[in-house]
Amino acid sequence: MTTKKLPLRAKLATSATRSAAALSRVTGRGDGSVIGGRIGLMIDPNLLSELAAGRHIVLISGTNGKTTTTRLTTAAMSVLGDVASNALGANMPTGHTSALAKAGPTPYAVLETDEHYLPQVLDATRPRVVALLNLSRDQLDRAKEVAMMAALWRETLASRDVQVVANADDPMVTWAAQAAEHVTWVAAGQRWHDDSWVCPECGSPIERIGEVWRCTGCALHRPVPEWTIQREGVVDPTGMYHEVKLQLPGRVNRANAATALAVAAHFGVRVADALPRLAEVKSVAGRYAMVERDGRLIRLLLAKNPAGWLEAFDMADDVPTLLSINARDPDGLDTSWLYDVDFSPLRGRRVLISGDRAMDLAVRLTVNGIPFEHVPSFRQAAAAVPPGRLEVIANYTAFQDIRAELDRVN
Amino acid sequence: MSTESHLRLVWVYPDLLSTYGDRGNLLILEHRAALRGLPVECVEVRSDRPLPADGDIYLLGGGEDGPQSLAAQRLIADGGLHRAANRGAVVFAVCAGYQLLGRSFYAKGTQYSGLGLLDLHSDRGPSRAVGELAGDIDARLGLPPLTGFENHGGRTHLGPEAHPLARVTAGIGNDGTTEGAWRGRILGTYSHGPALARNPALADLLLQWAVGGALAPVDNTWPERLRKERLSAVTPS
Ligand SMILES: [Zn+2]
Repeated sequence: MTTKKLPLRAKLATSATRSAAALSRVTGRGDGSVIGGRIGLMIDPNLLSELAAGRHIVLISGTNGKTTTTRLTTAAMSVLGDVASNALGANMPTGHTSALAKAGPTPYAVLETDEHYLPQVLDATRPRVVALLNLSRDQLDRAKEVAMMAALWRETLASRDVQVVANADDPMVTWAAQAAEHVTWVAAGQRWHDDSWVCPECGSPIERIGEVWRCTGCALHRPVPEWTIQREGVVDPTGMYHEVKLQLPGRVNRANAATALAVAAHFGVRVADALPRLAEVKSVAGRYAMVERDGRLIRLLLAKNPAGWLEAFDMADDVPTLLSINARDPDGLDTSWLYDVDFSPLRGRRVLISGDRAMDLAVRLTVNGIPFEHVPSFRQAAAAVPPGRLEVIANYTAFQDIRAELDRVN
Repeated sequence: MSTESHLRLVWVYPDLLSTYGDRGNLLILEHRAALRGLPVECVEVRSDRPLPADGDIYLLGGGEDGPQSLAAQRLIADGGLHRAANRGAVVFAVCAGYQLLGRSFYAKGTQYSGLGLLDLHSDRGPSRAVGELAGDIDARLGLPPLTGFENHGGRTHLGPEAHPLARVTAGIGNDGTTEGAWRGRILGTYSHGPALARNPALADLLLQWAVGGALAPVDNTWPERLRKERLSAVTPS
């Protein structure tokens, strides 16, 4: 694709998108990826389709791991050439529009896509591959319930000709993805089971024996995965084992890497060529990066929902840990999910709590039998611990607040 | 309390009636009983198992429409909750669990029979009720104001044999005027998920009903701070 081929209105809209985004950045109002796209789409409602035309597009969706998997997939695809991406996580059509406008003509694009917007973005961008990671409860005071989201995906995929890469360990994702004609199954794991005890097809209980799951009432069962996680690496569809060396912590990130490799393989990228690119990724939108402040080595982990908290505990080191919780609009206003998370893995660590909703967390930890200290701010948490490591686990806006205090680390 | 001198807490159908942190109420009752040195046994009963009749407190959580109607059908067929309620066991239900204790409710546009343990019926409201919920609790229960978070599309209408749990001061509850219902030792609320986290006195009332006597006071520093914060968030200053 070249910019020359864009119709005049689209060209104008593209340029407005870029300048609005740039203006938003220099005035400090944000990274510009939403406002730029909004202005561009106002001038030309078809701008996203026009910007997507001629590119090979990948969409990445799911409740957790979207931003990281998008980053890893972008890295894997970069073996082939330039890849546009909404790397900062603005994952609705305005963010996609802005990312593609900003990148200029690239042969490839990897777009993180909000679960709710998957049908629209599929129509607008006509992707070659869609990767579906997982589905679990998230911001329930306004998000679609899990079964409804799976049904929306299923209906969407049944009527489109697209290659799907999907997590065989998640019954909800499997049920949705099975509607597609072409599916590559990845055993990406599922630590959180509490949203998939009931079959989305027939309502019967789902039974699990080890990693294998099946519905007790109908034919829905775990598909045989072509990509699996073994020890410190992945096994590809030919049965070959590849050690995966990542700077990102946790088993879940090895699974995200497996998904990225499976997606890239559909474009002809060889695992051996992609792995060094994956190993270069050390931080994703402020997550995982180790930042030094006043002798404290601080790492930020983002956890937005119960499944995400379980993964964060798996990634976190056994060091003093700050938990920070807000319940602002982007977080969801309801803190009930705190009781879906078992905080026991933190027992024995020094735990500090902060955030708008620290009191909810205080009661939760009391019930969980985890001693804690309440601190009014991130700064005071950092001052309270001795020099050395501090782990921070925070939900969305709490994470952004702390990240801003750390000067927007990348 | 049951004969084995263990307080038996029964979580009814966690496979069907569990969204939004519903496990919280079980954990909070267990914790507050343990603070008093009461030995507790927690029993989670999946919907393909018979419900034990010898529980002391039965907990029902929230659920999506499909699981809610399935849970009601299985509970009616099982009969265990009726038997437990008839011999005076405590029943505490939230959201979908609360609705199905009534005479009827709506799920996916269809009316279903409830258990009829509370004299009430539920239908769909004009809009979804989402947000902070607060109310002054029926004086006979001797409890401080209710605080919670609600998230439901239903509206509930009480018959003469059910007492409103509270008069709404913020949010919607049953119908914008009353919230929840109780009769004897059966109590239901739209305060969803871990309703007892913000209402420790209500948790203690359920425990008192179960053990049949007063409980020793415990340290409520953090729950009280949480209550104060949440109640002041909905009180115009
Ligand atoms: Zn089934």
